[in-house]
Amino acid sequence: MTVPLTAPKESILEAEQRVRRKDLSRRWRLFARGAALPILILAVWQTLSATGAISEQLFSSPWLILKQYAALTLSGELPHHLRISIVRASLGFLLGGSAGLIIGLLVGMYRRFEETVNPTVQMLRTVPLLAITPLFIMWFGFGELSKVLLISLGAFFPLYVNTFLGVRNVDAKLFDVARVLEFSRFRQMTKLVLPAALPNILLGIRLSLSIAWLCLVVAELLGADTGVGYMIQDARAFMQTDIVFVGITIFALVGKLSDSIVRYLENRLLRWQDSYKG
Amino acid sequence: MQPVLEIERVNKTFYGEQGTTPVLQSVSLAVHEGDFTTIIGPSGCGKSTLLKIIAGLDLSYEGSVQLRGKRIERPTQEKGFIFQEHRLFPWMTVEQNIAADRSLRDPGVRKAVDELIELVKLGGFERAYPRQLSGGMAQRVAIARALLRQPEVLLLDEPFGALDAFTRGHMQEALLDIWQTNQTAMVLVTHDIDEAVFLSTRVVVMDARPGTIKAIVPIDLPYPRSRTSRAFTELRTLVLNRLDHRAELEQDVYSI
Repeated sequence: MTVPLTAPKESILEAEQRVRRKDLSRRWRLFARGAALPILILAVWQTLSATGAISEQLFSSPWLILKQYAALTLSGELPHHLRISIVRASLGFLLGGSAGLIIGLLVGMYRRFEETVNPTVQMLRTVPLLAITPLFIMWFGFGELSKVLLISLGAFFPLYVNTFLGVRNVDAKLFDVARVLEFSRFRQMTKLVLPAALPNILLGIRLSLSIAWLCLVVAELLGADTGVGYMIQDARAFMQTDIVFVGITIFALVGKLSDSIVRYLENRLLRWQDSYKG
Repeated sequence: MQPVLEIERVNKTFYGEQGTTPVLQSVSLAVHEGDFTTIIGPSGCGKSTLLKIIAGLDLSYEGSVQLRGKRIERPTQEKGFIFQEHRLFPWMTVEQNIAADRSLRDPGVRKAVDELIELVKLGGFERAYPRQLSGGMAQRVAIARALLRQPEVLLLDEPFGALDAFTRGHMQEALLDIWQTNQTAMVLVTHDIDEAVFLSTRVVVMDARPGTIKAIVPIDLPYPRSRTSRAFTELRTLVLNRLDHRAELEQDVYSI
């Protein structure tokens, strides 16, 4: 009996399709498993408030929140507040994040810089942000400046700490290679230090982004006349629980979205890594 | 003819907590264009230190080390260095690693990189990352990276020590191939006598504590060399005897 060394073409194609179908159904099952708990909670919540077991005024209900979403979007109120919040958070993140990145790189690269700057930064890092907020309001008023600065201060530390750590984790043997190949100072930074520290820098960006959101809420709850935080504060005053929930969920959504973008970047930029994928 | 590399009366002393240890004592050696020099010796004979001095990675020594008549003061691209591990940048692909700080968009660099990939036989792996390569392949990329800089001399610090015997054999043939094509002077540090006799035009035998050159054995065999030929085994025995006097007593064992 002769055995064919290669399988016929059709069966290979079929096999590929089978594998792809299997992959797809596996992904669906994964999604279903992750979504089961939230759906259950929403269903129970809706039933309880529909039957009057809990107060609709105080706890709202998924359906009311959804209706409020539609109303606020159509009136243009939600997009308006959201846009302002996003601008504040991005400005603060860019300002504080880039400062954290640059100072983190310098501190990581130069010992003398570390000895001069790091102790002060580490000391400031331990001060709770909320304790500094009154100072910021006294100095910079209730305007945009104090909000952006508060957010940037929060976004500074995670990027600073992780960039510093990333630079210190660069394999010293690769610096020898850079010496032998006569890398310029600029190339040493762009071809060696930055890529080697990138895993830590990206982690720093993720943490900085989430802190930026946190500080945004703090800034907007304390004193503002626009923004999602203000919207929540305003709705609380009038016991509009559904609007409060709209604000909370929109924070969660945008926060998750920005985190997903960085995770996507991580997957693209760190393809070279050879680490345990779980 | 002026030698490419001239080492004259180099002394190096290590100053430790337990006093001073001489590492190299009065080491003199000249490397000419097209030479394939192998330095062999027991561990602690300072052969790797000598290579680092030539590379300009170690500058605390006495004596003179000159490349084409100029004193070596720092690492430069004229002295290619191959480390024991491949030391590729893990975030760069094979072609990016060879180009390193140069731009692949430069047509001159692109062409040279493509030719080197051909030379080290890595066609098809241009876009692979180091983690996807075997040890031998990665070391070949490191060699290509050094050769792109057109060095006057290529310094190799036990480059195949971490490879399995089978791959090592292949890499030795690949290195000979590169040497015969490029005519770059090679200085290779090893502790493998077989490797030394198989590759080089002469073997420098060093002794430990302090590190001195004990003998220089010219290897006049034509390439490609057969490891099983009588002349080969005789030369291997000769190097072994220079390396360790006690071995002379057991000469019969080694000359089979």
